[in-house]
Amino acid sequence: MISLRVNGEDRQFDGDPNMPLLWYLRDEVQLTGSKFGCGVGLCGACTVHIGGEAIRSCTTVMADVADKEVTTIEGLSPSGDHPVQVAWRELNVPQCGFCQAGQIMQAAGLLNQKKSPSDAEIYEAMAGNICRCGCYQRIVAAVRQAATGA
Amino acid sequence: MLHHLSQHLATARLPSSGRAIIENVSRRSFLRGTVSGVGLTLALQFVPFKSAGAFETYPTGGLDMPHGIVTDPNVFVSIAPDGTVTIVAHRSEMGTGARTSLPMVIADELEADWSKVKIVQAPGDEPKYGNQDTDGSRSMRHHIQACRQMGASVRQMLRQAAAKEWGVDVAEVKAINHEVMHEGSGKKAGYGDLATAAMALPVPKFEELSFKPEGEFRYIGKGNVSIYDLHDITTGKAVYGADVHVPGMKFAVIARPPVVGGKVKSVDDSAAKAVAGVEQIVQLEGANLGSKFAPLGGVAVIGKNTYAAIAGRDALKIEWDDGAHAVYNTEKYNQEMSATAKQPGKVVRNLGDPDGAFASAAKVVSAEYHQAHMAHVSMEPPAALAHVNGDKVEVWAPVQSPFGTREDVAKMMNVPIENVTVHVTLLGGGFGRKSKCDFVLEAAALSKQVGAPVLVQWTREDDIQHGYYHTTSTEHIEAALDASNKVVGWRHRSVAPSIMTTFAPDDGQQAGFELGMGLVDMPFEIANVRCENGKAMAHARIGWFRSVSNIPRAFAVQSFVAELAQELGKDQKDFLLELIGTDRVIDKQAAGLPDDYWNYGEPYDQYPIDTARLRGVVELAAKEAGWGKELPKGEGMGIAVHRSFVTYVASVVRVQVGDDGTVRVPEVHTAVDCGFAANPERIRSQMEGAAVMGMTLAMLSGITFDQGQVQQSNFNDYDMVRADNFPVNVMVHIVPHPFEVHASGVGEPGVPPFAPALYNAIFNATGKRIRSMPLGEQLKA
Repeated sequence: MISLRVNGEDRQFDGDPNMPLLWYLRDEVQLTGSKFGCGVGLCGACTVHIGGEAIRSCTTVMADVADKEVTTIEGLSPSGDHPVQVAWRELNVPQCGFCQAGQIMQAAGLLNQKKSPSDAEIYEAMAGNICRCGCYQRIVAAVRQAATGA
Repeated sequence: MLHHLSQHLATARLPSSGRAIIENVSRRSFLRGTVSGVGLTLALQFVPFKSAGAFETYPTGGLDMPHGIVTDPNVFVSIAPDGTVTIVAHRSEMGTGARTSLPMVIADELEADWSKVKIVQAPGDEPKYGNQDTDGSRSMRHHIQACRQMGASVRQMLRQAAAKEWGVDVAEVKAINHEVMHEGSGKKAGYGDLATAAMALPVPKFEELSFKPEGEFRYIGKGNVSIYDLHDITTGKAVYGADVHVPGMKFAVIARPPVVGGKVKSVDDSAAKAVAGVEQIVQLEGANLGSKFAPLGGVAVIGKNTYAAIAGRDALKIEWDDGAHAVYNTEKYNQEMSATAKQPGKVVRNLGDPDGAFASAAKVVSAEYHQAHMAHVSMEPPAALAHVNGDKVEVWAPVQSPFGTREDVAKMMNVPIENVTVHVTLLGGGFGRKSKCDFVLEAAALSKQVGAPVLVQWTREDDIQHGYYHTTSTEHIEAALDASNKVVGWRHRSVAPSIMTTFAPDDGQQAGFELGMGLVDMPFEIANVRCENGKAMAHARIGWFRSVSNIPRAFAVQSFVAELAQELGKDQKDFLLELIGTDRVIDKQAAGLPDDYWNYGEPYDQYPIDTARLRGVVELAAKEAGWGKELPKGEGMGIAVHRSFVTYVASVVRVQVGDDGTVRVPEVHTAVDCGFAANPERIRSQMEGAAVMGMTLAMLSGITFDQGQVQQSNFNDYDMVRADNFPVNVMVHIVPHPFEVHASGVGEPGVPPFAPALYNAIFNATGKRIRSMPLGEQLKA
């Protein structure tokens, strides 16, 4: 039995400890904000936080999150007004939107680590999150804006 | 993206498969709207309607699309007593903003307050909503007039209802910002108060409508409306294909034949069955090329969650019979295409005496360009949920063509179309992939076999290895120069497997719509022109991919122009303008364009090739980019222009090439002339995104085959441009136009000019000419 907290709620899991966190969140808890994009940690669509740090939930298995605090896009801010979310909306970042939960969680994770990242640090931190629609220009601008407002 | 047009144009080659095509859909559906008279007139000759202070209607290809265009506001607009205006979005949302922008047009003409507008997504029902096939950069182009008309109709109905209630002349009643008022008496009423009475009124005739002057638009042309789903997207609430949960649902992944047309020879599923959570293993019938969107078949693993299904699939031991397409080998095929391109092909455009021009040329310059297959790779891999319950089928899916999907599901399941419901979720990217509903058909077939709702999830490997690939092509171009170095002859041979092979037996030739994307519509003022098409047989499923054949054509033609300029010692931009020639609307016949030149399905007299607009975007992009200025060593600027989807786009790309061959793009200037710019904010986002996708295609995207199997599998070997090396500053310059300059396409035309502009810039930075797309390691050799 694995105990964990998801978005502030205590949960128990007694299935396969090798099950990726992503599928637990999506199929079992029905928190579908975290997306399946590649399954191997190469695109970032599944990014969530563990203890405030951005990680890929598709390559993190349930055994790894025992007694951990998991935060998904649904739990990033109760009102949906985390500075990163606000900046995303002000700059109209998304196109199709599919990768954006992962992008936002990655950006929020970066700002947890570093209040005012340089452009080079933003580029590096966001390079694991693919956006096929090509919103990078606005993503980078939104991270900058969130950092100054954060 | 060209779903119906491709079928339309290929009707002769299409037997019973595919959608009920043009003969039995015609313009009749247009009659359902309030402009009944117009529909009939249109079929013969379009007589524009005028209305007081309004726009003049003009015909578009939308009238020829299956189920045409519906203009009945009762279908699209409803108003609740609390004033909430609900508007139906009938086109799919895959990132272009169509789901927001079309309702925004209705809301503006309706004088609705956008904060009181709710959008609901239509299920697949074209007889009710008109054409829903969201591809071909057509949503705004085909529906903006109907949206204005419906908004103006409801505004008029609200005014009439108020006038009646107050006993005053309707001419004295105004509707402004969600409120109707009478000037004389000062009486006011909210839209919600008047809704019931207003919506019960007959819909006014077009001639009775008054439209807003452009100066009074609140949202149209302003770019001040955010996409409707913005809050949901940023909070994880937005619903995509795999996000729908229904009670009792199962999760499935499928092992598909590694070679298209392959079959299961034998399967050992004992290990798979032993995986915890695996519930059933089911074999699916498959189809070969030419079967439209029929699934590929294979072995499906059904589990209690996606993880179990994937783990079960990993444990399958399958022996495949690969079939005839196991011969497909990219290296060999490229050699064959190149050999074909050196021989005369089927003539698809002829002007003047090209043979004579080449025979008497002082000099002939030629070059050959190759472009690899590419995969769509939307961030959301295909996924669909289907629930077959008796003879009823309910589907939730991210599809570009909801009604086409419904028709295909009904046909495969052998149930009446009335028994099939297709709910459209948001699409996590489409790019043409999600016009092909094979993944929905898989879900429906499995749901029937399993007796429960089934979500079919494609993994990224499935997506990359079992797609409908962007065609691969070889484009061979020759120019004949006279003694004064004037280009007097142009010969362009295109060799590429056709999209039509997905629908019909393969004759090796491209269809008219493919030839019409940058081959036969070459706009240069050259006296002798011949365009030819050499045969190439398909060994993979070929499908339309954002911008389609415009990608290889713009790459080849715009690279060749730069090569010619180099040969002649001229500036690339100046020489490009020289070839474009005098400002003119190209006379199709005089220019030798084929009689059936498709023009993206648009009537040519309404959307002709206008070289002044082509020149205009070249000059605008060049000016904004500071074309000709001194650049540091290792940097270069390149330019390219292309008309596609009846829109004109020029890109100037600036590159920095490092000593190690690393290419960086600090700046891009994109000039776009898409007629009236209905939503400039989303036009900008489409152009910004097109630069990123353009850079990915130009630098990274190559799907290759060996023994009939795709050799790439995930982002490790089919990567995308990322945040550590992307076009850093994309500046979009929109040519302003009034409404009377017809809105054209936006979703696709930004892509084609990017790669040639990038390669021309690389040449200017390094002296190395790139003739094979993607770039890959060519600068590192």
